[in-house]
Amino acid sequence: MRYTEEHEWLRVDGDVVVVGITEHAAEQLGDVVFVELPEIEAMVAKGDEVCVIESVKAASDILAPVDGEIVEVNEALVDTPALVNEDPQGDAWFFKMKIDDLSVLDDFMSEDEYKDFLG
Amino acid sequence: MTETGLNLTPLHALHLELGARMVPFAGYEMPVQYPMGVMKEHLHTRTRAGLFDVSHMGQVILRGPDAALALERLVPVALAELLEGRQRYALFTNQDGGILDDLMVANRGDHLLLVVNAACKQADLAHMQAGLPELQVQPVTDRALLALQGPGAEVALAALIPGVAAMRFMDVATPEWRGQELWVSRSGYTGEDGFEISVPEAQVMDFARALLAQEGVAPIGLGARDSLRLEAGLCLYGHDIDTATTPVEAGLTWAIQKARRTGGAREGGFPGEAVILRQMAEGPARRRVGLRPEGRAPMRGGTVLWDAPEGGTHVGTVTSGGYGPSVESPVAMGYLPAEKASPGTPVWGELRGRRLPVTVCELPFRPSTYKR
Repeated sequence: MRYTEEHEWLRVDGDVVVVGITEHAAEQLGDVVFVELPEIEAMVAKGDEVCVIESVKAASDILAPVDGEIVEVNEALVDTPALVNEDPQGDAWFFKMKIDDLSVLDDFMSEDEYKDFLG
Repeated sequence: MTETGLNLTPLHALHLELGARMVPFAGYEMPVQYPMGVMKEHLHTRTRAGLFDVSHMGQVILRGPDAALALERLVPVALAELLEGRQRYALFTNQDGGILDDLMVANRGDHLLLVVNAACKQADLAHMQAGLPELQVQPVTDRALLALQGPGAEVALAALIPGVAAMRFMDVATPEWRGQELWVSRSGYTGEDGFEISVPEAQVMDFARALLAQEGVAPIGLGARDSLRLEAGLCLYGHDIDTATTPVEAGLTWAIQKARRTGGAREGGFPGEAVILRQMAEGPARRRVGLRPEGRAPMRGGTVLWDAPEGGTHVGTVTSGGYGPSVESPVAMGYLPAEKASPGTPVWGELRGRRLPVTVCELPFRPSTYKR
């Protein structure tokens, strides 16, 4: 598992990257009440806003961590946004991306580095 | 005060001990939520009982000959008939009919007790000192204010003070607890039955702990306080009402009793009477309405409202909105032209560049459960 400074996690699953938000991010957001997912087959660039998350407190975005193509989205989050709070690093993944070069993931933080980042 | 310049309430240490997340609010460091989280805190208040620290709000004593009649010069509310032991909702208005603040006024025998919004309290004090020179205007600075709200509130408070069970909605009383006077009103701002309790600062820690020790009582933060009052259709000053909205536009004419209306025994005689009485006679050009966004996306304050899915006119704005945990859908309030304000009217709210359908609806979203 790799981590971004935007509190997203990235996990390689075969030839795709699965993206979600960290437990820390889910806790900071509070109870999630709405999730909007990207279109499948959308080509996205690193930093694009690809998902919207609304909690009881505020709206926030998930940014594409790398360039690539969205190949699958987790429709369960649309019907049950609370999954994001219940299992942020498991069942509540947001989308899967196909990317050209999986080695770009090495640029992101490891679990230990992310823990240090959180302080 | 903290090094950040924020005021602390007498319960600050208790909030930290209970694991609250603290945020700045109206110049105070206040708990926005406890570990339970906003959603569960909201639902807990609706099904059991929630304890809120509202000590940031202003408590003010007014004393002097005919204080109630004098205060009528600043509010469009009938206070002269307010019986001892009763409380009424009121509004300070300005010359244009706009709202300077909303408040509670209690008749406590030889004085009136006012509870005003935290962000407005200095301005309210100055306004009363200037407008009511014959009265003593005395801010209460040595008492905290708690709200205990929800269906379990009566049993929990009665365990400490048996007499409160006999109180009705908007009654006020002065029972004792461990030898100190509490100023209790059967009221609140969640749409639930409940109480607001003014407690001497030195005692409030013990009193709050005694309430939290009662079955079903949990501490509740400002996050849930906001979603509770929104579902109840209650206005948040600075969002749903302000100096640019009149009580008539805001749908608060129920707070303007017959005696102060056209043809009443003490007609007018408050700031903005010309505008307010004319709007009451002719109807206002715009009205506060309930709004139900379709789908699940919350529409928050500031969301622009259109009269068509594309093109059309910008007809209004959401003044507060979010997710309603008890109604299990997004809920919002805002202002629309009178001809667009009937329940069932379709409008569109602009969210992230797209217009999503919204239906005008009756307020409140959830009926109140006051013990009348």
